[in-house]
This record gives sequence, C-alpha cells and structure tokens, in this order.
Amino acid sequence: MKEATMTPVATQIHQLDVKGLQCPMPIVKIAKAMKELVSGDLIQVLATDPGSVKDFAAWSKATGNELLESSAIDGVFKFVLRKR
Amino acid sequence: MSTVLEVMERPAQQPVPAASEAKSTAHEKLVIFAWSGDLDRVWPTLILATTAAASGMATTVFFTFWGLFPLVREDRRITGKNMMQKMLAVMNRGGIDHLKLSKLQMFGAGSGMMKVLAKQHQVASPAELLASAIELGVKLIPCQMTMDLMGLTTADLIEGIEEPAGAMTAMLEAKDAVTLFI
Repeated sequence: MKEATMTPVATQIHQLDVKGLQCPMPIVKIAKAMKELVSGDLIQVLATDPGSVKDFAAWSKATGNELLESSAIDGVFKFVLRKR
Repeated sequence: MSTVLEVMERPAQQPVPAASEAKSTAHEKLVIFAWSGDLDRVWPTLILATTAAASGMATTVFFTFWGLFPLVREDRRITGKNMMQKMLAVMNRGGIDHLKLSKLQMFGAGSGMMKVLAKQHQVASPAELLASAIELGVKLIPCQMTMDLMGLTTADLIEGIEEPAGAMTAMLEAKDAVTLFI
C-alpha cells in the first residue's frame, strides 16, 4: 500500500463557505460536507453567524471531529476541523 | 472502629463528576413530539431536529394532532372523507409553507412579515429545514390515530417520511432518548 510512507496528512484542505447562513444551517452544512471526507481530512469553514463560534466548538465535542482552529477576521469566522 | 470509618469515608472521596463526564455521550438519541402546527413551534422543532441529526444523534419527530398538518403535501388543498374533516382542512390549511404564528398572526400579516424577515436574515425556512431533516435521515413519523381522526391518508402527506405509527412506537423510540414535547 502507498499510505505506508509517513507523509503529512494534510496535502489539501477542503473548503466550506457558509457565510450569510444562520443557525442551524452552518452545522447542517458541515455535517453534510464531513460525510464526503475520509478520516484525517482537514476542512476549513468560513462563516458569518456569530453563534457559530460556540456551535462549531459544541459540534466538534459532540461528534469527535477535532476543531484545530477557531478565529475571526473582519467579521468572518474561520474554523479548521479534522475528520475523526 | 477506625476501619469502619475508613470504609464510610471512601464513597465521599470518590468524585462523581469523573464518571458522569465519561458518559457525556450517553444521550445519542433525540425524540421530539410535535403536537403543534404553529409556525413558531414547527420552526424550532425542525431547527433542533436537523441540528441533532447533524451532530450524529439518531433523531425522530413524532407528529400528532395539529402537528400533522405541516406534513400535508402542497397540492392537497382539501383533505378528509366527510364534511367535518373537509371543513377542518378548509379552516386549517396544511403544508409546510402555510404555517401560522400562535400570536401576532394578524390574518396572515404576521407570518408574512416573518417570512420576509427570515429571507432578509438568510434564516432557513421551515420548508428548507424539513428537506434538510429528511436528507439528514431524521425519522418523521405521523401519528396513525390522529391521521384517521383528521381524515388524512399517507397519500396526503409528503414523501420521505416514515410509515404512520402509534404512541407505543414513539415511546419505544423515546425510551433511551432526550425527549421534547413542542
């Protein structure tokens, strides 16, 4: 198998744009997007709903998908998650 | 005597939080009893159901009484077999796009304004949330008894929902679940 070599996991970061969407759609969208990924994949989410800061942390806790980054720049919230 | 004391002290020394924290994922199911057809109840019902399903919880919504009408298909204006059931459908229009507010309805102005506000703020409509719920695998179960009572058939209801069932089916689902009555 090729995957025996210890190359970094994150060759590509998937993107999800949920800017403008309100609760609960950012969570619904990340749940759907995550289904398409394989374990270890990274995904970056951009959101504008201020409630999503707490909701993404809660979703990460509930599902076990690790929240690697949660930050905000100019009213846009950025989350980076790793699929369980 | 000292040994007895030691034994008695022991339970107090064992912190309970550690055990409960380990079981923080105990509730993996959500069951909502949707009794109302009001916009301001159906909306949060669908928000909670989609969110729960998105977080990996097995989610069921049991629709009963007025709660059945949001599941009526858009093209079924008049439902029911007899005069009373038909009158009921006339007075209480079914369909996810025809929900009314429980207060400040103002003959349609209230729910109309709510739709405009929701669009402005990009809040998903009940129809969008219902579609999302089905897509996420939320089990939507209509109550057989109230369907019979109100004169609704499975042909009157939207696709993607479960077969009608009784209270016992809902109770079995609810047994090990978080339950909400909305």
